[in-house]
Amino acid sequence: MQPGDLIASDLGARAAAPGDLDQAWQVLGRVMDPEVPVVSVVELGIVRALAWDAGHLHVVVTPTYSGCPATEVIEADIRQALEDAGFRAPQLERQLHPAWTTDWITSTGRERLLAYGIAPPLGSANKRSLLGDNGSVNCPQCGSAHTELLSQFGSTACKALYRCCDCREPFDYFKCI
Amino acid sequence: MQASMSCRPKWGICKMNQDLIQYLLRLGDSALIQGQRLCEWCGRAPALEEELALMNVGLDLVGQARNWLEYAAELANDGRDADHLAFRRDERAYRNLLLVEQPNGDFAVTVLKQFFYDAWHLAVLEGLTHSSDSRLQGIAAKAVKEVTYHLRRSSEWVERLGDGTEESHQRMLAAIPQLWRFTVELSDSDAVEQRLHAAGLIGDPQQIAAAWQQQVERTFDSATLPLPAPACHFYLSGRQGLHSEHLGLLLAEMQFLPRAYPDATW
Ligand SMILES: [Zn+2]
Repeated sequence: MQPGDLIASDLGARAAAPGDLDQAWQVLGRVMDPEVPVVSVVELGIVRALAWDAGHLHVVVTPTYSGCPATEVIEADIRQALEDAGFRAPQLERQLHPAWTTDWITSTGRERLLAYGIAPPLGSANKRSLLGDNGSVNCPQCGSAHTELLSQFGSTACKALYRCCDCREPFDYFKCI
Repeated sequence: MQASMSCRPKWGICKMNQDLIQYLLRLGDSALIQGQRLCEWCGRAPALEEELALMNVGLDLVGQARNWLEYAAELANDGRDADHLAFRRDERAYRNLLLVEQPNGDFAVTVLKQFFYDAWHLAVLEGLTHSSDSRLQGIAAKAVKEVTYHLRRSSEWVERLGDGTEESHQRMLAAIPQLWRFTVELSDSDAVEQRLHAAGLIGDPQQIAAAWQQQVERTFDSATLPLPAPACHFYLSGRQGLHSEHLGLLLAEMQFLPRAYPDATW
């Protein structure tokens, strides 16, 4: 912690008002994932809990992957959005347990991924799904089930690279983890 | 049982915490050095898809290393943070497996090294998901999913290259003796690990060794590769900080910037 942080957090403390948490959830619902900018951090299941604690909003976030380089950016975006909405010096807590799973991506989140051209995770996460035993991944462009895996990793750790054998378009699949 | 229960702060850091710090350094250093080696492929991988995969696996491992080293730094509580542990420790203070510091060689050596490491790593993490320490359990439960996927990828590559063309088979045959003697560390343990296991903090070292052996036998069999006799001990030991000559060179590159510009931020 830097000396300036202390001053800022001292200034912002106030008692919780009714509707604070609802408003904060709404604000966070507009903070988009930097790598998939159509899905919010709430829809991705990255924001685990909100509470009012010692005069400040307390936000529990969880990283998607241990080494996700977007973790710091996401936390900075969350902090900025809350500050902009009038929540002074929100306290962020990074929580690893329970481990994030694609099962936490909401149904709206899944629809948005599909509309963006990313095939959403298939079924629920377990050891079999990690070993690639989860049925066929449908092409987000033409809907064909006739697709093939090109690489187990796509542009980011959370995605795998596929190709549609009918329309020939390559696409990302959001891995089930 | 909680690790901290047997501590008597008045007498300094208790024995169990010292063991745990040592073990966290082993986990963190192995993941960090393996991740750093993978990053050496950046811009040089045989295909774009492979480059993305190698970098993503490396990123997972560096992230896991940070989680382990942060915990080690908190327990040691001597003013050093995870970055300090990564960038300011010398070779003799590193506790990584000898396997992961070995040079990448050709793609066959890289794939085989990753496979040997993944098979060990997964067994270790599965044991840690049952740890009596909730922090160990939490970090491991996250990492175990990532490493299941890493092992899936590296074992498929071993099969594809081993049971592939004449050239890929020959390359795999040549890679085995380059790495095999370092696998001795993957199937043994020392007093630190045995004490931690007895306290319920980590998995059973014998089970980890057996799981590693089984995975290697299975994959070598389907890859049509001959399984060598178990590796023998020799004079080096990553657990004790006695490394091969390759680690110093790797650290020189990895640590140059933070050592040359200690106040740099980015
Ligand atoms: Zn298609």
